[in-house]
Amino acid sequence: MQALSLRHLRKTYKNGITALNGIDLDVDEGDFFALLGPNGAGKSTTISIIASLVTKTAGTVSVFGYDLDRQRDLAKSCIGLVPQEINFSQFEKVFDIVVNQAGYYGIPRRLAMQRAEQYLRQLSLWDKRDTASRQLSGGMKRRLMIARALVHQPRLLILDEPTAGVDIEIRRSMWDFLRQINRAGTTIILTTHYLEEAESLCRNIAIIDQGQIIENSAMTTLLAKLHTDSFILDLAAPRAETPAVAGYQLELSDPHTLAADVPKQLGLNNLFAGLDAQGITVVSMRNKHNRLEQLFLDLVEGQKGIAP
Amino acid sequence: MNTRIAFQTIVRKEIGRFMRIWPQTILPAAITTALYFLIFGQLMGERIGDMAGQRYIDFIVPGIVLMSVINNAYSNVVASFYSTKFQRHIEELLVAPVPPWVILAGYVFGGVARGLVVGCVVMAIALLFSEVSIQDYGVTLAVFLLTSTLFALAGFINAVFANSFDDISIIPNFVLTPLVYLGGVFYTVDMLPDFWRILSLGNPILYMVNAFRFGFLGISDIPLWQAFAISGGFTVLLALFALYLLQRGVGIKS
Repeated sequence: MQALSLRHLRKTYKNGITALNGIDLDVDEGDFFALLGPNGAGKSTTISIIASLVTKTAGTVSVFGYDLDRQRDLAKSCIGLVPQEINFSQFEKVFDIVVNQAGYYGIPRRLAMQRAEQYLRQLSLWDKRDTASRQLSGGMKRRLMIARALVHQPRLLILDEPTAGVDIEIRRSMWDFLRQINRAGTTIILTTHYLEEAESLCRNIAIIDQGQIIENSAMTTLLAKLHTDSFILDLAAPRAETPAVAGYQLELSDPHTLAADVPKQLGLNNLFAGLDAQGITVVSMRNKHNRLEQLFLDLVEGQKGIAP
Repeated sequence: MNTRIAFQTIVRKEIGRFMRIWPQTILPAAITTALYFLIFGQLMGERIGDMAGQRYIDFIVPGIVLMSVINNAYSNVVASFYSTKFQRHIEELLVAPVPPWVILAGYVFGGVARGLVVGCVVMAIALLFSEVSIQDYGVTLAVFLLTSTLFALAGFINAVFANSFDDISIIPNFVLTPLVYLGGVFYTVDMLPDFWRILSLGNPILYMVNAFRFGFLGISDIPLWQAFAISGGFTVLLALFALYLLQRGVGIKS
């Protein structure tokens, strides 16, 4: 079953700007789906239409088979939203924010309080339950928005840049939590500017640019389109000149560091053999770019007519 | 979807909000009206003498209580709903399956509740200065409910259209206050020259103040049925307009 189905979704704002140009998108139940795109591409407009925060100009939105126009309550009950901007009352206490959100979904207060405790504990916010939300750190606010979005136990969780401005430790713990709820059956749609995050978490991906979907495939299929990987090699001994190995593009960044573009058909073994033959020892290596980042840039720049 | 729970949640939040900040929401009305009773009622009132056959302080009590109800019902909803828009936590309601009429009813109920709390506080202060009592509880309660609902709705509509904090103070300062002061709170319209008396009949607050005064003192400048017809008519019109705005997402959705 499809958790989300968009058909010919179009949005033109009152100022005449067309944010979405008739997009079609399907997300399967249970998926962990990445919706990526540069700033202003239409990601947040898409999410806001699905979450009923923005009125669409045309098209249909269906959530687990429920049409958002005709079966509004059923469709909305399936969705949990973690928005990009902090949007809770600055004066309300953490516990009240989560319990009240449950109330808006018609959940009895006793059950709402149990669930609020469950999610606040899972997201390490239980100690802050009586704190006014304005006194929370940025990372805590993000986690509070996740707890609030989950309190009615939605089947589809949409996260719009949930880890923006969050330190790496909290980001990793949020990833673990999201993986956990995805394994438990919640479909997740994620937008992020951290492409490492999307590559690490998501199984399927759509890239949106200028209001259109320009790529929609499995993450593995997309990554397989990358013909060249770029690596940074740390050398044991300093070198004055860039070595040459046939088929590879090499460049000495400094006497101890060699940048290498490795065509997939040649692989790494041939490169190491070529360097070894010249008496060069590589002590360690790492990816120059995140792979998805490279593909993302290629696709978006290609869309703009810029040679990658 | 259990709309009763959603409604209760909004009401609990609204009442919790104005009770939490009672020095801003309840105390000012208590102090202002105590000054009114002291200056207009006690000090000047004794020199003014009777009005419409009543002691002046007794005459002004119903109007001052209703004035507090009107101001507080209006300002509760306009401030709360605008703040909800401004801080964007209106989105908490929009993403959830809460019907627009439940959102409207919840906020209006919050305004009525503040009107009731402040009205009771002001009445308690009035009893320190006056011996006025309620003659007709049914009329008094009906006028209170209609008037507070009407002005809570007006506050909601103001908040929907407001784009800044200035916008939520323009109507209360430049429209509501003059209408209340010229609405027969401190005098009977029979005292006015014909031109001003007829002009005053175009002020809807005059009808509500007089109907409320009838509940307390059994006197009114205008027939009771006119007061209920006008308040009821305006309430229905504003409720329908507010619902239309919410359903269209005016001021809250792009």
